[in-house]
Amino acid sequence: MKIHEFQAKQLLKKFGMNVPDGRECQSVADVEKAWAELKAPLVVVKAQIHAGGRGKAGGVKLCKSLEEAKAAASALLGKTLVTYQTGPHGQVVRRLWVEKGSSIAKEYYVGIAIDRELKLPVMMVSSEGGMEIEEVAAKHPEKIVKAAFSPRKGLPMPEAQKLVRAIGIRPGQEPKAATFLVNLAKMYVDLDCALLEINPLITTQEGDVMALDGKVNFDSNGLFRHPELLELRDLHEEDPKEIEASKFDLSYIALDGNIGCMVNGAGLAMSTMDVIKLYGGNPANFLDVGGGATAEKVAAAFRILLSDAQVKGVLVNIFGGIMKCDVIAAGVIEAVKQTKLGVPLVVRLEGTNVEKGKQMLADSKLPIIAADDLDDAAKKICKAVAAH
Amino acid sequence: MSIWVDKNTKLICQGFTGKTGTFHSEQAIAYGTKMVGGVNPSKAGTTHLNLPVFGTCKEAREKTGCNASVVYVPPSGAADAILEAIEAGIELIVAITEGVPVLDMVRVAERLAQPGTKSRLIGPNCPGIITPAQCKIGIMPGYIHKPGKVGVVSRSGTLTYEAVWQLTSRQIGQSTCIGIGGDPVNGTNFVDVLTAFNNDPQTEAIVMIGEIGGSAEEQAAEYIAKNVKKPVVGFIAGMTAPPGRRMGHAGAIISGGKGTASEKIAALEKAGVNMIKSPSLIGSTMEKVLAERGMLASARS
Repeated sequence: MKIHEFQAKQLLKKFGMNVPDGRECQSVADVEKAWAELKAPLVVVKAQIHAGGRGKAGGVKLCKSLEEAKAAASALLGKTLVTYQTGPHGQVVRRLWVEKGSSIAKEYYVGIAIDRELKLPVMMVSSEGGMEIEEVAAKHPEKIVKAAFSPRKGLPMPEAQKLVRAIGIRPGQEPKAATFLVNLAKMYVDLDCALLEINPLITTQEGDVMALDGKVNFDSNGLFRHPELLELRDLHEEDPKEIEASKFDLSYIALDGNIGCMVNGAGLAMSTMDVIKLYGGNPANFLDVGGGATAEKVAAAFRILLSDAQVKGVLVNIFGGIMKCDVIAAGVIEAVKQTKLGVPLVVRLEGTNVEKGKQMLADSKLPIIAADDLDDAAKKICKAVAAH
Repeated sequence: MSIWVDKNTKLICQGFTGKTGTFHSEQAIAYGTKMVGGVNPSKAGTTHLNLPVFGTCKEAREKTGCNASVVYVPPSGAADAILEAIEAGIELIVAITEGVPVLDMVRVAERLAQPGTKSRLIGPNCPGIITPAQCKIGIMPGYIHKPGKVGVVSRSGTLTYEAVWQLTSRQIGQSTCIGIGGDPVNGTNFVDVLTAFNNDPQTEAIVMIGEIGGSAEEQAAEYIAKNVKKPVVGFIAGMTAPPGRRMGHAGAIISGGKGTASEKIAALEKAGVNMIKSPSLIGSTMEKVLAERGMLASARS
């Protein structure tokens, strides 16, 4: 689960890290109030969307007067921001974060993620703040310094001090920076984060160390331990079809193509997309109905994938193991009737009770195209969509 | 021969009396797996499916001599269940549970890495392990398997069934089939399984199914290039997956431009693995590879 920068900054502050003083704003009037309260010669008006690259896309504006701040706010609120992370559709700006401008002495990078090989969280720091870390990794891998730590013990202070020295933070600011890193590691563990990134972390002319930006992704498997974090979820930032799918415990991801897919199992669902592409088609979604799909779940999955106006055909690919093919067939038949399906449908069933399932589909007299294997199914749906 | 489980494996179930544990234990027993009991602290001393229920893994181990445990405990208690099985000294722990917090698995991995630990963990978030006609631990449908000489290892569930079914349909049996799971931090990895298959005289060829995310496939490629002479057929799921999106499995995500299917395919091809573009070609490709090497008749015997 992702959250906004301003929410991340509030959490950072709670864990003892310095962030610029700021206010969340949803209107120009809010910005006016924020300006009055912050009493700063310079404020930064930052669009709040769940994507990086906001600065380059014009989503961050420096303002030296109330008039400038108001103009920035009215320009940004309601605007669709397209960054390299949003995709071509962009993301509508509904909230702003207005903060005091900082006098930056130098910018750094710090991030924490799980290292799958070490099977431990790893803190990465770099003197190249402000740049995309992937870019630093590609061009100057020697400028990234890492330290793995045990979640039971946190990041030990001596380790933090080593990291701070390695990126050349001025001696006078070392203690503050090291404490920042220790606190960041604590936040990562305590809140079950998957990714925690401060880019840039800055030292200021006044000698402070603070987070100028903050990106937090929570491990969704850990959220049951943190019900308070669920309140930070912003449904505006998510695809409505994905939200609907999550209610039925379906794993759905919207894509750009026109062939709707319904598959059981994540690996099989991914490969089904791959095979559609292999035969010249374009998947409209990833949809895993899971191992224990019921007729109701299948019907819900159908409704969700057909609510995408782009869908010009549907491919159902189920390997029924524990889940029986006749149950799936019943769900598909029910769903086709309910949704009054108007696009071609190819169904490929394999596994337990497959003959019974296929017979039911044939007996239903519905316009369902049966397929024998995955290749056959992909070819048939690509052909049907092209002809439709 | 086979790897890690056979007809002598004595299995207990943690989360035995729950709905999922009950259903899959019935299936395992029907398949012929030697199940010897289960664990549920609140039902200790009772019986379930005509088998004893124990309060702890330690007690189950002492009373039954079990050497394997399957975990169906819900995510919030799964890591503790695995740790309990490790403490009891159970050799093989198969965690089926999906949705275990990754930091809980870090805790488990730290425990497994302690010197003197004898337990092997498969999973979590995996279908389990099966040696056809001998022992089924997990949620895979038993009937699609056939005893034989091809080892199957995969990060996925239903995609593994797909591969196995294609082999069985061509009269090519399997030595052991293992799903290692789709989470970022898991117990057994590709290299562990490939090493065991490589050392197992019964296993004559290997199917390996990877997916996007992480670098486990690249490590596997390195191991195969150095050590494996047996033919390997490989497939990577997620060729068309968009970056930054989690494709169902917590571990199936391309992040920071790393973990893409094309990188993995290139690494495995370089290691001499027969990589295929469509998962529907797993069976036919294995058939062809075995025939080319004159091994098909043996693989079907």
